[in-house]
Order: sequence, then C-alpha cells, then structure tokens
Amino acid sequence: MSAAVEILPPDTRDESSRRALAVHRVREDFPILSQKVRGKPLVYLDNAATSQKPQAVIEALQRYYAVENSNVHRGIHLLSEQATQAYEAARARVQRFVNAASTREIIFTRGTTESINLVAASYGRRHLQPGDEVIISWMEHHSNIVPWQMLCEEKGAILRVVPINDDGEFLLQEYEKLLNPRTRLVSVTHVSNALGTINPIGEIIAMAHRWDVPVLVDGAQAAPHLPVDVQALDCDFYAFSGHKLYGPTGIGVLYGKARLLDAMPPYQGGGDMIRSVTFEKTIYNALPYKFEAGTPNVAGAIGLGVAIEYLEQFGLENLAAYEHELLSYATPAISRIPGVRLIGTAREKTSVLSFVLDGVHPHDVGTILDREGIAIRTGHHCAQPVMDRFGVPATARASFAFYNTREEVDALVAGIHKVIEVFS
Amino acid sequence: MSDLRELYQEVILDHHKNPRNFRILEGANRTAEGYNPLCGDRITIYLQLQGDVITDISFQGVGCAISKASASMMTTRLKGKTRAEAEALFGKFHRVVTGQRDLAPDGPELGKLEVFAGVSEFPVRVKCASLAWHTLRAALDGGSQTVSTE
Repeated sequence: MSAAVEILPPDTRDESSRRALAVHRVREDFPILSQKVRGKPLVYLDNAATSQKPQAVIEALQRYYAVENSNVHRGIHLLSEQATQAYEAARARVQRFVNAASTREIIFTRGTTESINLVAASYGRRHLQPGDEVIISWMEHHSNIVPWQMLCEEKGAILRVVPINDDGEFLLQEYEKLLNPRTRLVSVTHVSNALGTINPIGEIIAMAHRWDVPVLVDGAQAAPHLPVDVQALDCDFYAFSGHKLYGPTGIGVLYGKARLLDAMPPYQGGGDMIRSVTFEKTIYNALPYKFEAGTPNVAGAIGLGVAIEYLEQFGLENLAAYEHELLSYATPAISRIPGVRLIGTAREKTSVLSFVLDGVHPHDVGTILDREGIAIRTGHHCAQPVMDRFGVPATARASFAFYNTREEVDALVAGIHKVIEVFS
Repeated sequence: MSDLRELYQEVILDHHKNPRNFRILEGANRTAEGYNPLCGDRITIYLQLQGDVITDISFQGVGCAISKASASMMTTRLKGKTRAEAEALFGKFHRVVTGQRDLAPDGPELGKLEVFAGVSEFPVRVKCASLAWHTLRAALDGGSQTVSTE
C-alpha cells in the first residue's frame, strides 16, 4: 500500500505538486504513454474503450510465451504443470479481487460480452418461458441489450427497459414498477460506458431479490474504477473484461454464484469442460471448468492477474479517489467552454465526460483533437438508445484513468477551443 | 494545423453551415437513405429524374461537416447532369478522396469538389465524404433499401 500514499499523500506538503509527481511516476509504468502521436505527446483519454497496459503486464505476456507456454490441465510435464499453476493462481487473484466466495465461481471468458452471452445462453435458455420477462436499463451497452433480445425472441419472452432521467440516472421507482411475477432476470450495468453514471446497484439487486429474481451486473466499466465486492452486493452474476482493467484483450471474467452455476447447463461443448466422454454419454466437469470449453486464453488470464496485482499496490479506493478528483477538475473546465453540453450529469459518476459541441459533429471534434495528439472516442459508444434518449446522434467522450493528469485535462480544453476556432 | 485546414477548408465549412438544396424535394421520383453506423450520420437524397437527366436534387439529414458539405456540394454539381456524368464524377471523386487519383488521372474535372482532396489524409473520414455519393447511386438505381457505409 506504500504507493497509495504517494498518490494521495497526507497534506504535509504542497499537495498538488506531490501528487503530480506521483502520477508522473505512475505514468512511467505505462510505456505507451510516453510516445508522441502526430508530433504531439499522446494524451490518451479513451480509457472507457480500452485502457493501457503497465510494463508488468507486458512483461508477463512476454515471459509466458518465452519460457512458460504450455497447455493447462492436461500435461504431465513440468511446463504444463507450471502453466496450470499460473492460470489457476490468476483465477484465485480474480476471486480475491471481487471477493467471491470460491474460485469455482470465477469463469474465464473472452470478455464481458461473452460473459453476458454465456448467462443468456445457459441460464436464460433454461429458465425462460413464453411470456416471461427480462429487465435491462436504458443505458445499457449493446452487449447487454442484444443477447437478451435474441433470447427473448427465441423464447417468446419480453424485454423490459428501465428508463433514465435527464441526468442519465437509473429510475428506481420505475424499475420497481417493472418487477413482477413474470420477471426471470435483471441485467443492468454497474457503470454506464456512455454517461459514466454509477448505478445504485445494491438497491437494484435487493429489489429484484424480493421477487426471487437473479441479477447480472455488467461490470465492464465499474471493475477498473470502483472496488467491487460481489458478496456485499449479493449479485448473482458479475461480468467484466481484462482489457479495460489494464490487462490484455481477449480475457474476461464471469462471476456467478456457485448454486446457480452448478444448476446451469454448459455454454459450449469441447475439451476441458468434460469429465468423461463416450458416444452414449458425456459427464461434464465441475465448476468452473464446465464453462471453459477448449484451450483457454492462458496468457491472457496470467496477464489479467498481473494487472490486478499492479492495481492492488495502490488500492482501488485510492485510484477511484484520484480519478474522482480529476473528474471534479475536468467537469467545470469542459462545461464552461461556450457551446459545450455535457451528456450525463448524474450525481454519482466515474471519470467519463460525454459532451456535444454546438454546431460541430463529434466526429469533427475527434478528428481535430486527434491532430493535437488527444485520443477520445466519438460516436454512439455502442449505446444507441442512450443517444436517442438525449436526442443526439453521437457524443464526444473523454474517459480518464489514474494515469491521466490535470495537464492532460488542460490539453483537452485547449483542443476543444481549437475545434471552435476551426469552425468559427 | 495545415492538414486540418486542408480538410476543413472555408468552402467546406460554408456548405456545412449553410447547406444548399437542404430540403425535401416535392415531386421527387427517386429517394434513397444513407447511413454511416460509425458516426451515426444519416442522409436522404431526393431526385427528380427525367429520362437520364437529374433535373432536380436535394438532401436532408444529420452528419458531420464533411458528410454534410459533401452532400451539399454534390447536389449543386449534379443538377442537370446525366446519370452517366454523375457516375463518372463519383468515380473520380472516390479516387481523389481515397488518394488514388493516379489510378485513372483522366475523367471529369472535379472543379470545386477538389476541396475534398484533403480527406485522403484522414482515412477514417473517407466514408463521411462518400456517404452522399453512395446514397445518390442507390437513388439512381431505384433501390429503396438504406445504404450503409459498413
């Protein structure tokens, strides 16, 4: 925890200069951040799309392929034994990271999207009948809409959508009205990728449980920015991705309560998910392997474990506090630029600033900022219903991580002024 | 800044702010919709086609400066042109915005449409510049389906 003290030091000295110094030290851990793009220092503000990787993760991947690579759970030789150990150690690290009760409840997937699809295909297909209902919210990413649409279409079930208010906040009282005896599942995001809204996920879960309805939480945007305790939340499923958590792409996690996972049919058939196979009968493997058909992304899992280890040296609370402070600095700085309208002004937010600029399409904003070395996301952020809700075709979105600085916020502000200048 | 100015030339910004022929065309006998899922740009092209001649043309929609200016300038250029002339212009336009002018240096002069040459330095924006033209082609072909740049 010593590094955490550096990030948020006690106010014994000039606080801002010490913090800036510490952040610049943190930045040295991320090799990509020191490069120039288009002749300017890279200002990477697209962390909600994917985060950058610390050297420790890059080295772990390199080391794995250089000296450890082997298949897991089957070899009798030393390398396979070591790879298996490293893979399972990563699982144990993920388990502690989200405070799951057991490693049996941690399933490695390709990412949040596959985690959600797994639940839709396995739990959903098993439990949905014609006329049953699934509840999602208006602020979901397409990956937490489409799997449920597909499932509902297949089953003759109905998709219900919880509305949001003009600040982009989840409307609990509307949600309460949607819960009923036909509700079979609630699937809601913890944090909105397009708006940054932090949902009252504990209350959402408690309200569903009063109807004995399980809840899947899309944690893709929350896991990198908030401490997550699946037991305290009492969520039934929790899905997140490695690449947004400073880890590799192609690795993700589905947490599920063992009681539910045990009763669910497999998602895919293949190697590793079976105990024995004859042409007459196949006996499935125990958790979590029942849901991990085929050779898994061993390097990815190890890389994710290392990313979590890296984050834990600071403490997620401290990273969240730093990012919140950066948001508090950036929000007024951006919103007071003439012509800027923030999209997503919830009271509880992670460090996401979605905005539109009067008379300028977000894509033009993005192109001009790009020439300044500033990487933001422009478009609908795979959340078209959110765009429709706010009556905009797209937004420009700056999303911050703990390695971003106030200077980078200042660069963004200057960049937006340049956009205005070009379009004046 | 120089390549930005190359992209966002005065004439492009002017057509973006004051798009020409930006209306629904009464009496249009061909329309088509275009959609760029990447940026959410939507455009509708209205044509009055008499025989092979575009006697009138207009558009409506939402989009970035490049797509809107491109649509606006396209409509001003194509009024009174034949289908074949429109096709030839699109071919040349497309080669220029994708930086492949040398592939077929002949063909019609782009004239004012030359301002879009700067787009070739911004590969992700080529779709913005060509959306209106793809939609025009769909309208000429008489299809009713939305054309997509994806």
